[in-house]
This record gives sequence, C-alpha cells and structure tokens, in this order.
Amino acid sequence: MITLERVTKVYRMGKLEVPALQGIDLHVGHGEFVAIMGASGSGKSTLMNIVGCLDVPTSGRYLLDGTDVANLNDDQLARIRNRKIGFVFQSFNLIPRTSALHNVEMPLIYAGEGGRAERAREALGAVGLADRVHHQPTELSGGQQQRAAIARALVTNPAILLADEPTGNLDSASSVEIMRLLSTLNVEQGRTIVLITHEQDIARFARRVVELRDGRVVRDEQTAA
Amino acid sequence: MNLFEALRMAANGLLSNRLRSALTMLGILIGVTAVILLVAVGNGASVQINNQIQSLGANVIYVYPSNAKGTGGVSQGFGTGQTLTQSDVDAINAGRQDPDVVAAIPITQTGGQITYASQNFFAPTIGTTTQFPQVRDYQLAEGSFFTEDDLNARHRVVVLGQTVVDNLFGSADPVGQTIKISRQSFRVIGVFAAKGGTGFGSQDNVIVAPITTVWAYLTGARGKVISQIVASASSAGTVTQAETEITTILLQQHGISDVSQADFQLQSQQDILNQATSIATALTLVLGAIAGISLVVGGIGIMNIMLVTVTERTREIGIRKAIGARRRDILVQFLIEAMVLSGLGGALGIAVGALLAREAPSIPAIASSSFPTPVVSPSSVVLAFCVSVAIGLFFGIYPANRAARLHPIEALRYE
Repeated sequence: MITLERVTKVYRMGKLEVPALQGIDLHVGHGEFVAIMGASGSGKSTLMNIVGCLDVPTSGRYLLDGTDVANLNDDQLARIRNRKIGFVFQSFNLIPRTSALHNVEMPLIYAGEGGRAERAREALGAVGLADRVHHQPTELSGGQQQRAAIARALVTNPAILLADEPTGNLDSASSVEIMRLLSTLNVEQGRTIVLITHEQDIARFARRVVELRDGRVVRDEQTAA
Repeated sequence: MNLFEALRMAANGLLSNRLRSALTMLGILIGVTAVILLVAVGNGASVQINNQIQSLGANVIYVYPSNAKGTGGVSQGFGTGQTLTQSDVDAINAGRQDPDVVAAIPITQTGGQITYASQNFFAPTIGTTTQFPQVRDYQLAEGSFFTEDDLNARHRVVVLGQTVVDNLFGSADPVGQTIKISRQSFRVIGVFAAKGGTGFGSQDNVIVAPITTVWAYLTGARGKVISQIVASASSAGTVTQAETEITTILLQQHGISDVSQADFQLQSQQDILNQATSIATALTLVLGAIAGISLVVGGIGIMNIMLVTVTERTREIGIRKAIGARRRDILVQFLIEAMVLSGLGGALGIAVGALLAREAPSIPAIASSSFPTPVVSPSSVVLAFCVSVAIGLFFGIYPANRAARLHPIEALRYE
C-alpha cells in the first residue's frame, strides 16, 4: 500500500540546509493501523506531508498503491490526494459557514463524481452524524466536527486514511470516541490507517507503532491492540 | 468541477460577508449607473438634434457665399461674401445640366422690428421667390403665397409664420391686415401652417416676402444681396448628385476652374445631420468615458476586496487543496466570485440607470428645460453588462491566481 525507500527531505532556510528526514524505509500494508510517534522535531510532520502527497521527497522513492508519486506535479498530486488519501486533521479543518453535508461532498465535487448527496449522507451516517447533516461546523461539538471530517476523508473511498493528531484538540472522552471510530473502521472495513501522534494513550489504539527520532526510524513494532 | 458548483461556492463565499460584498458591488453599481445614464443623455441629445434637422427636409441643399479668394487678398468670414447672384439661381433653374435639382430659390434675410397695432415683435424677414413653399416644404394654413406678379411689381405683401401670428395677432385673423417692418407697411396675404421644431432656428418664427420687395424697401444700402441659395434635390437619395451638379454650374458661372478656389460653399441637410451626429457621438463618448472612470475605480475596489478575501481564506484554500482541489479549481472559484460581484453590480446598475433615465423627464426642473430626454439604447445595456463582467474577470485574475498558487502545507498552517 505505502512503500517508502530511503526517503530524505531537506529544507533549505537561506543558506542553511535542515535535514528533516534522513533516509526513511517504511512499508505499510493493506489493512494496517500504524501509529507514527515521535517528539516534535523528529520529522513526523514532514513524513505525514510526504505520505499525504502534500509535499515531495528530496530523494528516495515513494510508492502509493503502486504509483510512484515522487516526481508528480502539483495538479497530479492534487488528483492523488483526492482519490487515494483521506485526511483527518488536528484542528478538523472543516470549511466554515458550510453545512456538514456540503463539506463531505467537497472531495466528490473536485473528483467530478455524481450521486454526491447520497454518498455524503451515507458517509455521515457511517460516523453517526445522520441527524446533523445540515449543521454548520460552528453548530457541532469538537467530537462531531472530527467525525464529519472523518466522513469527508472516507467519502471518496481512499486507499489510506491519514490522521494527523486527530485527538489533539479534543477532551479525553471525545478522544476515546474518535479513536474507537478509527479502530472500528480498521477492524470492520479493513481501512488502512496511518495515525500521527505523540501520545502513548492514543498510539495504543494502533496495532503497529513506528517511532521517529531526528528523521530516522528508531522503533517499529507490532503491538497487541 | 462544473459551473453550477462553482457558482454555489461563489455565492457561499459572498454571502458569508454580506456587507463587504454589498459595498464592493456598490462601487460597480454606481459606475454602471453613471455609464448608462450619461450615455442615455448623449443618445437623447442625438435623437433630439436628428429630429429637428429631419424636420427641415432631408433633400434640401444650401449654397452659401464663401471667402472670395484672390480678390484683393482679403479673406472674409463664412457667409459674408456677396458672390451669389440672381443669374446663378437662373442657371441652376435652367435645368439643362442638373437633372437631379428640382428648383432653386434665392434667399436674402434681414431683421427688423415688426409691429401691428400696439404689438411688436422681432422676427427675421426672408426675401425669396414663388417656389419657396415647395423648396422649403411649407404649407399654407390660410390665404395664399405671393405670385410672380407680386415679385415683378415689388408688391409689399408678406406671408407669416405661426409664431409671428401668435405674437402679433393672438387669435385675430391676420390675413388682409397690414403690419409694419422697420416702419414700412406690408399687407399680410397668407399664413404658414406650423412646422414644429423647437430650440435652435424655429421654422415658424419667420416672415416671407418677395425678394424684390425686400431689396427695394428693407435692405436699403446693402443692395441686391443674395445671402444664400436654397435648392431641393428630387429626393433624399439624389442629394449627392444634385450637389455635384450645382457645384459644376456655379464654377462655370463664376469662371473658376479649381474647386478649391470656389467662392461658394454647399451644405446639404445630410451634411448638417452628419456633423450634428458626429458631435453628438463625441459627446456620448466623452460622457461615457468619464463614467467609465468610476467603473475602473469600482474594479479596483473588487481587486482590493478579493485580495483581502484570499488572505482571510488562506486556510480554507489549504483545506480545499488537501482534499483534491487543483490550481484551476481554486482559480475558477475566486474568479467566479469576482465576476459574480461585478456582474451583479452591473445588472443592478443597469436597472438603476434605466429607472433614472425613465424618471428623469418627470423631474420638474428637467421637464421645463430643453434638456434632452435620455434614451437608453439596448447596445449600451449589453455593453455595460459585458464590461462589468469583464472588469470582474480582469481585476479578479490577480487575486485568484494568488490563491491558486498557494502551497497547501503553508496554507494549512496559516492562522
């Protein structure tokens, strides 16, 4: 599903070169639930951007679902993000003043696909928001907003779900609720999930933990979920 | 992404900041209103001038004396020369070389105080020949026009225009009465039917007498002056040929071989119409251009607001890009937003402008003046709308392009 080979990323800040990733080799198979952990500055955000096709590696190869995405242009990356990746962000990132339904429809609009309203309703139903479809983000609780965001991530039926600190802005009850939802999606629907977090409690929901430090993988082990 | 979705997104974006959208639209609205209204005034003036000139007769040709060049080197002003003679008129009327000319008449014009009983008035007195009603298209309402006999015998008879009758006689019957022009007595033998036409050179404020009589009693020391020759072409379509024929005859008469040395000038109603139309068109253009400036200002307002909007919505743009919007999608979204702003402003501006143009004649201050009735032309409406949409496109491209080029990671991090 995801194969990273000797991936490096170097940021240039003026004349200074800052290596963020220093040769990552990682393989995530279909149906896995992987937590990527690490302190801030460990390179996990950079890795997330590359895995999410928001950025391209400086060197190395990245195969997503069989496609080499290392050398694609902006519009090709946008298409990959639209079709193969579902994003769940720390700060939900729903579009303001727009109903939950329309938010969830958005990826389908950019994909140019039909039957949008029905598919969006279905996705919202799957995350338990069937009765909130016409609510705007400000009218939803944090947990509900994050569930709407998960519905938006799932509506295009992507290859992987990429969750970046999905519980970072939630209280512990909502956090558990969201993590249970992700677990269910993984176990029952076989969704491939890559979760980025720095909290041990949250990482425990995953079945494999990869730890980064200074742009390198320092730990990669299966855990008993 | 189809057009409907793009419009829906644009509407959503605009509605989320209603006051700002309305104020930005107002800039375009005022600009378009100004364009529609001022162009309508220009058109109205053009229509008014055309109507007046058409009422003078479309097939009439005027011949004026012009600078008599080479006679002592003194250049006189337009129409002040005395180069036209009765034999010129006779030559044109002889009709051998000018199949397209129906008739030509000499005109001499003089001014003088007109009195009847205790009333007095001022009107130009025209001396001419018997074909005057035919050439200038005057109908007689009462009495008769003067005859060849009157002309030969210098009878002191006059025919009055309706304005003169109204001012001197009121409702009394003028035919058979005697009026005085510059203290000379003349008998009224006829009255012209009103020709209408207001403003400059009313056709009804006129007194017509035999040219011989005017020469004998009114022009005094100036002698037998012919101030212009009026000829009528067989139809409006043959005016150009008739002009050429008259020019040829007069050049022969005056012994001039070079047209550029001619001591006379021709002017047809068509020429006057063309001149007036070009003046009115220039007026319309100038008014439109002045109003156009406010449209440009409105466009800059749109650009300004769109730049603010793009900055404010940087994060939204980042989200859209993360979930699969391509550059083109973002570009189209913001372009359409700008075009909806300007197009809607333009449509409202057209409505307001047309309404003001329609209501203008009922404003007392305008109704009582000779201010032209504004005429909103369909072409100006279509043009104004297209221009306002184009302004949205032009001033929206830079902000929209800026939005489209945002990097998704940086846009997502934007607070």
